[in-house]
Amino acid sequence: MFDHSKVEKNSLLMVVLILIVVSIGGLIEIVPLFFLESTIEKVSGVRPYTPLELAGRNIYIREGCYNCHSQMIRPFRDEQERYGNYSLAAESMYDHPFQWGSKRTGPDLARVGGKYSDEWQVNHLKAPRSVVPESIMPGYAFLAKTRLQTDRIAEDLKANVTIGVPYSEDMIKNAEADMLAQLDADSDGVDALQERYPGATARNYDGQPEQTEMDALIAYLQVLGTMVDFSSFKAEGDNLR
Amino acid sequence: MNSLVFIPILLTAFFGLFMAAKGVDPGMTLHGGLFLVAAVLAGFSVMGRNAVDKGQPVPELNANGSVNYNIDIVRAGVIASVFWGVVGFSMGLVIALQMAFPVLNFDLPWTNFGRLRPVHTSAVIFAFGGNVLISTSFHVVQRTCRARLAGKWSPWFIFWGFQLFILLAATGYVLGVTQSKEYAEPEWYTDIWLTIVWVVYLLVFLATLNKRKEKHIYVANWFYLAFILTIAMLHIMNNLAVPVSFTGTKSYSLFAGVQDALIQWWYGHNAVGFFLTAGFLGIMYYFIPKQINRPVYSYRLSIVHFWSLIFLYIWAGPHHLYYTALPEWAQTLGMTFSVMLWMPSWGGMINGLMTLSGAWDKLRTDPIIRMLVASVAFYGMSTFEGPLMAVKSVNALSHYTDWTVGHVHSGALGWVGFVSFGAIYFLAPIVWKRERLYSLKLVSLHFWVATIGIVLYITSMWVSGILQGLMWRAYDKLGFLEYSFAETVAAMNPFYIIRALGGGLFVLGSLIMAYNVWRTARGDLRDEASPAEAVPAPSNA
Repeated sequence: MFDHSKVEKNSLLMVVLILIVVSIGGLIEIVPLFFLESTIEKVSGVRPYTPLELAGRNIYIREGCYNCHSQMIRPFRDEQERYGNYSLAAESMYDHPFQWGSKRTGPDLARVGGKYSDEWQVNHLKAPRSVVPESIMPGYAFLAKTRLQTDRIAEDLKANVTIGVPYSEDMIKNAEADMLAQLDADSDGVDALQERYPGATARNYDGQPEQTEMDALIAYLQVLGTMVDFSSFKAEGDNLR
Repeated sequence: MNSLVFIPILLTAFFGLFMAAKGVDPGMTLHGGLFLVAAVLAGFSVMGRNAVDKGQPVPELNANGSVNYNIDIVRAGVIASVFWGVVGFSMGLVIALQMAFPVLNFDLPWTNFGRLRPVHTSAVIFAFGGNVLISTSFHVVQRTCRARLAGKWSPWFIFWGFQLFILLAATGYVLGVTQSKEYAEPEWYTDIWLTIVWVVYLLVFLATLNKRKEKHIYVANWFYLAFILTIAMLHIMNNLAVPVSFTGTKSYSLFAGVQDALIQWWYGHNAVGFFLTAGFLGIMYYFIPKQINRPVYSYRLSIVHFWSLIFLYIWAGPHHLYYTALPEWAQTLGMTFSVMLWMPSWGGMINGLMTLSGAWDKLRTDPIIRMLVASVAFYGMSTFEGPLMAVKSVNALSHYTDWTVGHVHSGALGWVGFVSFGAIYFLAPIVWKRERLYSLKLVSLHFWVATIGIVLYITSMWVSGILQGLMWRAYDKLGFLEYSFAETVAAMNPFYIIRALGGGLFVLGSLIMAYNVWRTARGDLRDEASPAEAVPAPSNA
């Protein structure tokens, strides 16, 4: 029979055995996710975030929104009626890191895009209880006063390319221009933006003349969950690999 | 040899200067400055010590032949544990009050709930829990090996390097520097710093084991070793990221979406499993037998407990991702192993509790034992609740609600908190070389105040969690959702107030402990009858 005292008398043996024992579970559960093709459905419509949406997403992360808002709708009747179609793995395939969340102190945001007007979003973010009296969300009026940084966003796109997000060289070169174009519906750059990022909408999100962090955050919120067209999506159909 | 220690100090100073000078955001500039200041302080203290001891190595034995244990490092760890405990619990109270009274967010960037919640979680898990683990492991490994802790400078590098990590993390969150991965929020450079500190920690621990005068490595050290090794593995994997530039704080996780989610919760669940469980089981396996003065109940159970616990825990991560876009097979594996995990957890609980057999009367007479035993009871309770909540149909209700928060806190306040307090009360007279603690009555008071606080906390979160879960899925007679989300938020308010009250009591308890430890350090002894005398002897007539 195996004599455990051998392990107790040899610290190196113990280190090796511990490492083996604690590695098995992770290897079996995690590694296949990178190789099984069925892990991420094949759907049309999911594209990388525009530079403005990406900047907004970084503000969402910075303020810790994920602490209270999930972005993962479960396939239950009540959740789908409340929030919309259950979330697909493909919808967060460019999310570095994921924002599925773990707690719903506030509602799920996976499909909040297009649910409320920009104006509602501005009012709600500035003073949540002015539009939802029961809300316990902090106010984020400072975002409307903070100028949006636009000159370094190309670096962010480049970092995303190194980890597999398919931004083209064209997208990187025009990152700042695309960011500014998305904030102005009348600008000349809108067509090029929409060619690079199909379905992207350009407008002055926060209604102020300045480019602010509020603009970027709302641009991100308004695109959430809108990329996949669920009127044509069928879980059993061609969309599934 | 002693001059070699300046090489890492100079390197740290150089990197700090580079970060501070070239930083493109305020977080980078501040953190570069912190590295620089830390390096300068380290340089001066090394020079100061060299001037005193002329660079001589520390003797392994005292003049009388006893082992010259490194008590200074344990004392520093006890002080840091008490300090960060009070800070971390208070931060929890602040954010609990913010949820009850949202005006307390003050609508400023630096004070909103989203930025402060990681300050609370990191302060209690890493600052309080981490310091407790490092200081108790240094005490336990020395005593059970009957050898002085290895290294002259390295233990101090670990201690101060870890405090610097805490400072970098907390100031970063307030400034909005975060990766948004729960319990792994610090950005890439802070993660690298922690990796360096952690590797040195592992080496010091192993080097001390190698110096042991005992043939066998004591069971508490197995748990500490598994904790140190596994946390290193988890920390490195989950924090793999590409910085946007070396002069900025922002990075992007190497993984995306579903893979990132599972790696995060493989990390997150095992931060609980190996940081908050395995490490603290090391404390249980040393301090309970020591305080009772009896051997561990079963040696064989210790072996089974250890290997089955560390093998099963690592699989349980997917139970944080039920009904998500994570593939079904991974969820099923997660559930299977989470339910199985109940067994080794209770095996460990039994091993801890049964160590009291024949000495149960000490529960009445020794408040430190009472604290340690209550912690094991809470451990048993939350490791039963955990597998229950890891059943998919239960989780469908409990997930995303306060029930999870309550579950975490029954483990964190009851198990981790109480076992740590017991260890701190045990260590305080030793590290200050006092006859006994200042007051055992205050320990008893701490116990009751904190216990009432925990009960208020977890019961209010059970009610609010289950209530909210049920309200979300409630339908009216016509088949429409009965409640809007906002209505469910409003329904939580009374429970958030009760929870804050419970948290407040827990903070109060920690202040009582801080006072008691401070008076013990001063050498004061409160004039009080020992509880053994105060309790009437059981009548055998």
